[in-house]
Amino acid sequence: MFDRYLIDAASLHNTGPLDAPTGFAFAAKLGYYRGLGLSMIEELNVSIDGEALPRAAVRFDEGNGPLTLDEMETAYDRRWAFGAPATISVDLPGGFPEGEHTLSLQQKLRISYMPFPSFNFDQKVVKVAA
Amino acid sequence: MSAKIKRGVSLYSFQEEMFLGQMSVEDCVSFAASIGATGIEILPEQNMPTFPHITDAQVGEWQDLLARHGAHFTCYDMFLDTKLRKGELLSDDEQVESIRRDLVLCNRLGIRNMRVLVFVRPDILERCVPYAEQLDVHMGVEVHAPWHLEHAWILRTIEVADRLGTKHLGILPDMGIFMKHYPPEFRARFEREGARPEVTQFIVDQHEAKIMSEYTIYEVAVKLQGNAAEVRMAETLRHAPFANPRRIGDYAPYFRHIQAKFYGMTAEANDPSIAYDEVIPELVKAGWEGTLSSEYEGNRWVQDAQPVDSREQVRRQHAMFTRLIAQAEGEIA
Repeated sequence: MFDRYLIDAASLHNTGPLDAPTGFAFAAKLGYYRGLGLSMIEELNVSIDGEALPRAAVRFDEGNGPLTLDEMETAYDRRWAFGAPATISVDLPGGFPEGEHTLSLQQKLRISYMPFPSFNFDQKVVKVAA
Repeated sequence: MSAKIKRGVSLYSFQEEMFLGQMSVEDCVSFAASIGATGIEILPEQNMPTFPHITDAQVGEWQDLLARHGAHFTCYDMFLDTKLRKGELLSDDEQVESIRRDLVLCNRLGIRNMRVLVFVRPDILERCVPYAEQLDVHMGVEVHAPWHLEHAWILRTIEVADRLGTKHLGILPDMGIFMKHYPPEFRARFEREGARPEVTQFIVDQHEAKIMSEYTIYEVAVKLQGNAAEVRMAETLRHAPFANPRRIGDYAPYFRHIQAKFYGMTAEANDPSIAYDEVIPELVKAGWEGTLSSEYEGNRWVQDAQPVDSREQVRRQHAMFTRLIAQAEGEIA
């Protein structure tokens, strides 16, 4: 319902030392018409030019500190609020590759009233600001 | 004769603008009140970022906000995260406790109607009835397409309400069950995604003729060798029922609030899809008292092609409500 709005392209930046980035981060919203507890966000799959980055390299932070996807599974007291940007960061030595690339995000949600998981997907051509 | 049918808006209607940060909750309430839709339905899990932790001060802020605009709450849309934990459903006790938490917050906000998701089991709701009675909140199970008023699953809740003789358990119809004509917004979207006009016309014609959805899906997928967009469009027919508006009177005692679903209004303030022109006379005839609460869900169908203007859509729906209610009341008087 909000797929096209998930990734905030302008928010993309490298993390770690400026001359030797250790990863990148961007802001994203939850593609759902309400907020959801973090334990029900099963996957945040991040890809660059269609190549998936490892699950263990991804961190999520809605404002209360970064969590791995494994840690999110039992974060019963934290929620990703409706329309609220959260930071998704990814370990990637060297940072986001230079120039324009397609960044994609797939969210897999466990929605209790549906028998199947809900998938949201956005992709945008982005680059790290010089 | 005083109007028994009141007009309101669910904040769900403005999800596009709220999601994008273009409208605040107060903007939504202010707009609704400006068109006489003073009844406000909320989704606490959408509209209250700190949910489920809501302080008395926050409750007071909401009440002040409504008062500033001459508005009032009508309904609280609950959710139930039975799948909170991976691989294991909440126990029955936990489900009851979660619903009780919502009933308490609903009561603290001064709201007397709670929309219950259709998947909540009738026996769980039965266990919640004493709390609902004590807190004076009506639990209405959402009758959402493809369920309908006389679907066996819905009748199970009504059977529980009858057996208990309670006024605090019933239903809450979503007008999507009265989809008489296929929404033009759906068709246009599938055409933008590659569905061929001759195939979309076939699907629309099949829906218009009320052909069983599975027959049409088979025709499109197998006989016409439909492409992906065409098959997806055909599959929407599974969720596009036209229930009989004449049954409304039989079920009116079980509901006090209506989610007035719609996907798009014409410039002349007509709904090309949902049969409000047949539904509203039945509500009036039944002497039903409650709120028609706008639930605009067209944003997701048009956002790829045009800016979404939820306010204009809601404004048009209320122009239609005003007209149809006056007509129906005039015919009865």
